[in-house]
Amino acid sequence: MSATAPVTRQPGTRTDEPTGRARPTGLASPPRRRLRWRTMQNLKGASLSFPFAAGFALFAVVPILMALRESVYTQKSSGLGFGESVVTFVGLDNLARAVGDGVFWSAMWRVFLYAIVVVPVTQIVSLGMALVLDAARRRIAARFRIALLLPYMVPGIVATMVWIFLYSPAVGPLGKFFGLLGLDVDFFSGDMVWVSIGNLVLWGAIGFNMLILYGALQSVPHEIFEAARLDGASEVRIAWSIKVPFVRASLVLTTLLSIIGTLQIFAEPMLFRSVTPETITKDFTPTMMIYNQAFQVGDINYATALSVVLAVVVGVASAVFYRFTNRTES
Amino acid sequence: MTSVLPETTRLSVRGRAARRANAEREIAAATGTSRWVVLGVLVLLAGYAVGPLWWLVVASTKSKQHLYTTNGLWFADFNLWHNLQALFTYQNAIFGRWLWNTVLYSGLGSLGMTIIALAAGYALAKYQYRGRGLTMGFIIASFLIPGTLMLVPSFVLLTNLGMYDTIWAMILPGMFSSFSVYLAKVYAEGAVPTELMEAARIDGAGEYRIFFGMSLRLMTTAGATIFLLHFVGSWNTFMWPLVFLKGAEKWPVMLGLYSWLQRGVSTEVDVTSLVITGSLVSTIPMVILMIAMQRYWRSGVTIGSLK
Repeated sequence: MSATAPVTRQPGTRTDEPTGRARPTGLASPPRRRLRWRTMQNLKGASLSFPFAAGFALFAVVPILMALRESVYTQKSSGLGFGESVVTFVGLDNLARAVGDGVFWSAMWRVFLYAIVVVPVTQIVSLGMALVLDAARRRIAARFRIALLLPYMVPGIVATMVWIFLYSPAVGPLGKFFGLLGLDVDFFSGDMVWVSIGNLVLWGAIGFNMLILYGALQSVPHEIFEAARLDGASEVRIAWSIKVPFVRASLVLTTLLSIIGTLQIFAEPMLFRSVTPETITKDFTPTMMIYNQAFQVGDINYATALSVVLAVVVGVASAVFYRFTNRTES
Repeated sequence: MTSVLPETTRLSVRGRAARRANAEREIAAATGTSRWVVLGVLVLLAGYAVGPLWWLVVASTKSKQHLYTTNGLWFADFNLWHNLQALFTYQNAIFGRWLWNTVLYSGLGSLGMTIIALAAGYALAKYQYRGRGLTMGFIIASFLIPGTLMLVPSFVLLTNLGMYDTIWAMILPGMFSSFSVYLAKVYAEGAVPTELMEAARIDGAGEYRIFFGMSLRLMTTAGATIFLLHFVGSWNTFMWPLVFLKGAEKWPVMLGLYSWLQRGVSTEVDVTSLVITGSLVSTIPMVILMIAMQRYWRSGVTIGSLK
């Protein structure tokens, strides 16, 4: 049919009576049928998203609903743990207990103080790194970018272990290095442990943040820099007054991700705990406390209530940060 | 994306050669010194970034005694092969088992996830249907949910489903990644032209045939990106297997290394050397993969953050 179609369009030809009739009927089919055909098409297309929708509902939506449900019940085993355990509805008791739990809030406070230092430092170092990389010649930048990205490619657990060894007085060179400077540093002491963790988190995070910021810098039109240079602006001035405002959106995003991740810190202190259990207690961070409550103590309901409180705190922190950054703009 | 941009700027710059020459003369003095400052800072940063990995490589070539007695940043004897042999034979060769588990969990999980995410992202990008907005809403909302909130209820759910301490706990829940669907949707919008789908329809292809025969092939780059990011993520996962896997023979490599670190130097066999060599062995595949497939994950990171 498609081969004969051009023939029918030619003016003056009266041949192909059958094909000439077949085409118009196809085009002039009632609009309702065409509509239904489109709907079928869209339905079939929509069905491609069903496996995801079903799995997402089961593994993401159901757990959140369960979290809200679990947190209003409590489970008490009768007898010596062999008897039937009794589940009772306690309303907001678990949540109230979580909100009033001093151990939880001291963990929260610890992580909050840590975050308030580590998040800005990470952003500043990453931004500085991206700016320096952007100022370098393209060929040099490409070479250094790989080196600067290497930590990002290292699994977080391996990164933590490597730094634990570097800090360790037995095998690590860092203790000897500071010894040469006349400093006796115990990286695992109570005062230092957050600095030690912060340093390794910084080490692992700056590559990723730099990549995003560097990508944003690359999309700044270079004519602007030239214009600024012609006007006599120094490189530092250009970086501060043009480049930084341009990557602001990316900076807000990386900071937000950084806040959300930092408040839930778990793996790094867990690994440090296996080296210095006396400094890093089992309830050292909120997530560690949740893990401990759920899987060591076995109080699933209370652990869930704590998770809900932590989620609220993370949400509030993100919202406050977002509002704050939006207000300074306007 | 990044490879296109410099090209265009270079072209526009070449068009204004005269003005540029002027500008260059004016800043020549500044760049002379500042170039060295830039280079110096870059060298320092690169040293900070690479130093710990250098130590890891050096330390894994050392015998146990030299590990404690020699300079950490330079080689002593070359004991790497012996260390590797010790690593892969310790505890009935459980390290090889852990590596295999990691490959299995990350590979199967990421493969399934990639197909599911590509299909869903394609549907969201290319079709109009009821529930589409709702799905997008859920996807965006899930970005804001902290992972910790999901941990304990997921434990209850998977235990009820009989998946606790099975391979399924490691593979199934990760297959439905909203971030990957989001990436797939962004890619599909750009990579699959609607005209091409219409042409395929006129040729009589059904919607499924169009997806599996044509659109999937157009989304290969997206698929590689999504697969890679997820593969690396599951290779590095720690908390999930810690909660869901009891038996050591089911552990992925990160959890196994953690268990060795926990044992520390308290046992008669000093496992420090094993942990160091094991760390190196489990990192090398990631570094090779990431460097080889740079253009994929870099575009993924950029899209995920800028859109």
